[in-house]
Amino acid sequence: MAIELRVPTILRTYTGGAKAVSGDGVNLAEFIDNVNGTHPGLKERIVEGEPEELRRFVNVYVNDEDVRFTGGLKTEVKDGDVVVVLPAVAGG
Amino acid sequence: MRFDSLLDSVGGTPLVGLPRLSPTADVRLWAKLEDHNPTGSIKDRAALRMLLDAEKDGRLRPGNTILEPTSGNTGISLAMAAKLRGYRMVCVMPENTSEERRQILRMWGVEIISSPAAGGSNEAVRVAKQVAEEHPDWVMLYQYGNPSNALAHYDGTAREILEDLPSVTHFVAGLGTTGTLMGAGRFFREHKPEVRIVAAEPRYGELVYGLRNLDEGFVPELYDETLIDARFSVGPRDAVRRVRELLDNEGIFAGISTGAILHAALGQAAKCVRDGEHADIAFVVADGGWKYLSTGAYEGTIDEAEDRLEGQLWA
Repeated sequence: MAIELRVPTILRTYTGGAKAVSGDGVNLAEFIDNVNGTHPGLKERIVEGEPEELRRFVNVYVNDEDVRFTGGLKTEVKDGDVVVVLPAVAGG
Repeated sequence: MRFDSLLDSVGGTPLVGLPRLSPTADVRLWAKLEDHNPTGSIKDRAALRMLLDAEKDGRLRPGNTILEPTSGNTGISLAMAAKLRGYRMVCVMPENTSEERRQILRMWGVEIISSPAAGGSNEAVRVAKQVAEEHPDWVMLYQYGNPSNALAHYDGTAREILEDLPSVTHFVAGLGTTGTLMGAGRFFREHKPEVRIVAAEPRYGELVYGLRNLDEGFVPELYDETLIDARFSVGPRDAVRRVRELLDNEGIFAGISTGAILHAALGQAAKCVRDGEHADIAFVVADGGWKYLSTGAYEGTIDEAEDRLEGQLWA
């Protein structure tokens, strides 16, 4: 078991076209670092600044819940979780 | 109930209990039936309020043309209100919205400018801003950044729920322009701060998110994340499954986005049961299912419905 990252179309240049890649970590920040180790460049498209924060127009969900409401990059993750990255879109 | 005109009848919608879908006697679900509004959706509230406020502050004058980016419902509501108050109406709408919505808009005399399917409503907003520059005399009420949109729910939707259900503990609604959640969120923060505000955001197929750079995303100007407590992304499969459950168990025929909202509400309900909390969860039925029949969401298996919704703006 591992944690799965669902990669949006625009970021698949970093994953050799793969729609999903997997990695490990106890929280989202660690997980993104871990995935960036195998797919360099992914991280800086999702995270920015010091201290690190999610980029403004990027939404990240762990098991469908927006991590901005669950502790951001400190959100805990575990084996079997699904992390989805999506650009922010409008509705209405 | 008697009203002087159709416009006066916007709001004041029923709040109905869901005895079969509520998990226990202590954790109950309540549906706010916004399909009871004049054009059949919650958007009547925002459209009317934006239009009246613009008339009041002089931005909108007799004979003006109203321009709005919309995936459908706001356009339909604005079209009704515009017709009754004597304005011409132009909508910018993504080409991957349902045929019913286009027909209804045309029926109300709206001129439609199509925006590319790839990119969804983000593209409609971009195109509308361009058109607005070319026609400086047209009035864009701009639901994504117009405070009147949120105020309609502050003064209406949320206030009505608190009046009808003083024991309310959670408010669940869809996140599109963010107007419903911002208005209701602010209302409850001020009048009953223990109410948790839960957002259900539709997750579309890949086409809708387009190939654009991640830095070109769109967050409505109205959005203030401190006014909500949790936000869930709901895909078409769960939305379709739930919208069918709502029909099968409670007899409510709702649009697909309501399935996404119900999914988040049921998730919240399950959590309250686990934690042994008492809960009265009010959620929004944004519109009825009529406008989405041609999407195929209500027929065949869930798998088939999910496939048919791929690439469509179903909420």
